[in-house]
Amino acid sequence: MKTGDQIELKVTPDRYVTVRYAGASGDFNPIHIDEEFARAVGLPGRILHGLWTMAQVARAQTEAAGGPEHLKRLSVQFRGMGVPEQEVVVKGTVRETGDGRVLIDTVAEQGEKQIIRNAEAELSL
Amino acid sequence: MSLPTDKIGKTYPAETYAVGREKIREYASAVGETNPLHHDLDAARAAGFPDLVAPPMFAVVYAGQMLGPVLFDPELQINFAMLVHGGQEFRWDRLVVAGDEISTTAEITEIRQRGELAFYAFRTDSVNQRGETVCVGTWTNIIRGVPAE
Repeated sequence: MKTGDQIELKVTPDRYVTVRYAGASGDFNPIHIDEEFARAVGLPGRILHGLWTMAQVARAQTEAAGGPEHLKRLSVQFRGMGVPEQEVVVKGTVRETGDGRVLIDTVAEQGEKQIIRNAEAELSL
Repeated sequence: MSLPTDKIGKTYPAETYAVGREKIREYASAVGETNPLHHDLDAARAAGFPDLVAPPMFAVVYAGQMLGPVLFDPELQINFAMLVHGGQEFRWDRLVVAGDEISTTAEITEIRQRGELAFYAFRTDSVNQRGETVCVGTWTNIIRGVPAE
């Protein structure tokens, strides 16, 4: 990888991914799994778990790098709210390389909306 | 109101998580990980690992155990209904495999107010059964609607 290289991952979370992720992660906050509850607290409907979306950002890095052993650090800021059944696009740009380390600036978007911003990944290659 | 900034530095005792092979498969499937290291025992062993490899973000499962003790700590006065997850960082030192036992401690690193937002950050330190660090997490939570001082 060299400075300026791009990585990308596209994934469309299906209707029930939040239910499976709740079980897998242990985060059963009803805003992610209960449509009525989510609307009652002013949300458009059930929203994605931020850490599920972060996992997509992580997967974009490990798939580009060739395996989980290469991901050394990942920091993200959560902004906006992701929703099921709309494509998530993860886009990264290599900012810096050297000494076997690669820094990749990354965002995750749904349509025009950024749901993760200022993500920075450090890979060891 | 004034935030309990005297609780910066407070630590929470370790919780231990036993990493199971099927839990790794379940988590990997839920986040769309298709790498055979997370699903196929033969592939993991052929790559030199003793068992299935957890995806790096599986840290939310073993280190996430500390969320409850911290966020529901009455001394922190967190209004859970107004809490949003603002940011997250993980640093990974080595991979976790099925059969590992991961112990995680937590420490409050930041409590501050900006306008009507309160920022609470804590760090988790996770070590495996050999005492080797596997992951350090920084969890930043934002409480909305905190009256300005």
